[in-house]
Amino acid sequence: MILSSTSVRITAAFVAIAILCLFAADLAITTINPWQDLAALFLGMVTPDFFSLEHIGTALLRTLAFAFTGVALGSVSGFLLALVFRFRAVRMFCAFIRAIHELFWALIFLQFFGFHPLTGVLAIAIPYAGIFAKVYSEILDETDPTPERVLSRKVDVLSSFLYARIPDALPHLITYTSYRLECGLRSSAVLGFVGLPTLGYYLESSFSQGYYSEVGALLLLFYVLIATLRLWARPRLIPLYVIAAPFFLGDGLPIVWGNVVRFFTQDIVPSPLRDGEGLSGLWHWLSDLAVNQAMPGIWNTLVLTQIALVLTGLVTLMAFPLISRHFGGPTRRGLGHVVLVIARSTPEYVIAYILLQLWGPSMLPAIVALALHNGGIIGHLIGRRSNEITLRPDAPKGIERYGYELLPRLYSPFLAFLFYRWEIIMRETAILGILGIYTLGFFVDSAIQNIQFDKAMVLILVTAFLNIGVDAISRRVRARLKLKVSMTCEGH
Amino acid sequence: MDAVHLRNLTAAYGGQQVLGPISLDIRPGEHIALVGGSGAGKSTLLGLLYDQVRDRAALVPQEQGLVQSLPVFHNVYMGRLAAHSRWYNLLNLVWPRRRELRAIEPLLEKLGIPDKLRTPVATLSGGQKQRTAIARALFQEAEILLADEPVSALDGPLAHVVMGLMTESYATSVVALHDIDLALRYCDRIIGIQNGQIALDDMTRRLTPSDILPLY
Repeated sequence: MILSSTSVRITAAFVAIAILCLFAADLAITTINPWQDLAALFLGMVTPDFFSLEHIGTALLRTLAFAFTGVALGSVSGFLLALVFRFRAVRMFCAFIRAIHELFWALIFLQFFGFHPLTGVLAIAIPYAGIFAKVYSEILDETDPTPERVLSRKVDVLSSFLYARIPDALPHLITYTSYRLECGLRSSAVLGFVGLPTLGYYLESSFSQGYYSEVGALLLLFYVLIATLRLWARPRLIPLYVIAAPFFLGDGLPIVWGNVVRFFTQDIVPSPLRDGEGLSGLWHWLSDLAVNQAMPGIWNTLVLTQIALVLTGLVTLMAFPLISRHFGGPTRRGLGHVVLVIARSTPEYVIAYILLQLWGPSMLPAIVALALHNGGIIGHLIGRRSNEITLRPDAPKGIERYGYELLPRLYSPFLAFLFYRWEIIMRETAILGILGIYTLGFFVDSAIQNIQFDKAMVLILVTAFLNIGVDAISRRVRARLKLKVSMTCEGH
Repeated sequence: MDAVHLRNLTAAYGGQQVLGPISLDIRPGEHIALVGGSGAGKSTLLGLLYDQVRDRAALVPQEQGLVQSLPVFHNVYMGRLAAHSRWYNLLNLVWPRRRELRAIEPLLEKLGIPDKLRTPVATLSGGQKQRTAIARALFQEAEILLADEPVSALDGPLAHVVMGLMTESYATSVVALHDIDLALRYCDRIIGIQNGQIALDDMTRRLTPSDILPLY
């Protein structure tokens, strides 16, 4: 056996589960002319309309402003949390806030801050703070401890930290934060789908009116923005952007403080308690919620996640040769890079939204969206890893090279990245429910539509604990396979 | 300074005792060389020693303990962080104080790296890094110097310059050395370690290389 039997067994188990899930999944294309609409969209992409520039300019400016403000706030709070990360309570708090998706945070804040810019900023800052806290503390822990050991014990804590710990950690902290900024841009764009004035908002309105050329222009500019991030987001300019960003968030609508008070004292209190039905009423309410919403939501979320995970793996294995120097010439690799940049820069939410419009409601658009986006990301990482491998001059070519030389060497990092993304895929799966697929997000969104915030809160909590559970399982699997990957933008 | 009395020091790795029990007295004004083959327990003994006298010792560990991305100046200054307030330290970190620069420059001159004052440690050669770590310990002006193979990356004449500087600046020191000639020349007491035990402890004037060689 070339591969350790454990990784083969685990792969087989996951594939088998995904196949079983296919039977339980609702996969269909229900629109009459799916391919015609798709063709119209592609036509729009190649004939982008940049003339409604004022529109597009505002969309991109707001997207940038929310991303910078949210990520900066998350980074500072995350750093402070990282300093006290050794306390179990802090670790649990961080795991909890990062288990709730940006869009869920946005939906919560919308209920009491309304369309005030604070809603969007906090929706990004809070989950990012949880992620930053964890990664920053890992970076600080991995810094060489000997400089601290040679210091006199009389040195004060601040001096010791600033001299002996921070300087060597700083480059890593900066690299990770700038990676995360790219994720922040995507998060910010997606917040538009719940009504904040970022890219998603304009995308949805252009799309629903059939202005595909405007959609094309918005998407193309967004790709350019992300692809050129390294050029315009120079480290020296970042402080300037961060200071300027809050001034470009737009005015939104003022906060009605009465709503804030009502939200916490009435809206989120379970209705049986509000109406004085006592504990038996609460029990009835909870069991009804569990049977009719939480259970089906969890089931659909799990089914969709497992299929999407395996399909992501397949897409990755097909995508990484596109940018690998072991296959094809520079032109083909250049094209491969473009394809993968598009796949990983388009948030899964946007792909799912578009496919859903084209194919009609079912799990299929969500699965394809998750597999394309995540496969693009892991394909990029594995492709880069493959470029570090030097083959002997007479190594086989083509499919033999793929099967005998590269795949066996890349399979462990491939599994590591895939399991790293398991939890992320699940978070996204839950959120895609807002688009009308019956995952947990669907039930959260309908509860909010029906002004049942108490139910929405319980379902969001259920989603958070599901994510924490999957994260724990994924960590176990990775430990068992002895997989370790360096931190990436996506793996947190 | 007061004498250091150590009684029944032991160290274990993975449940297995690798050092001791060792008892040892260090008298003020003594320059002690720790000699012995690799793996005999010299570094372990120095580490235990450091834990006992941490408040009054300067340490040059084998791994040097340098902050790679800070310049030589700051790494040397770190020896005296405790002598200043945190605000002065913070200011000096972003904007090096002239007073400190003037104090550290001559030290680097003596060690042969005056042009490296503002160079990040990460870009230095092995020997230059080692001298930076020694400069930090010299700048610290503690009561006692503990150094683990401090001249291992320095060639002949330079090793003598550095050993001379250390003996001159510190009245009391414990230095782990694998070079017997350096030990005999710069130290007045030699402690030989073998299999985690003291196999030899005598004044240098009563020893010759042939007394020490069996330890290796």
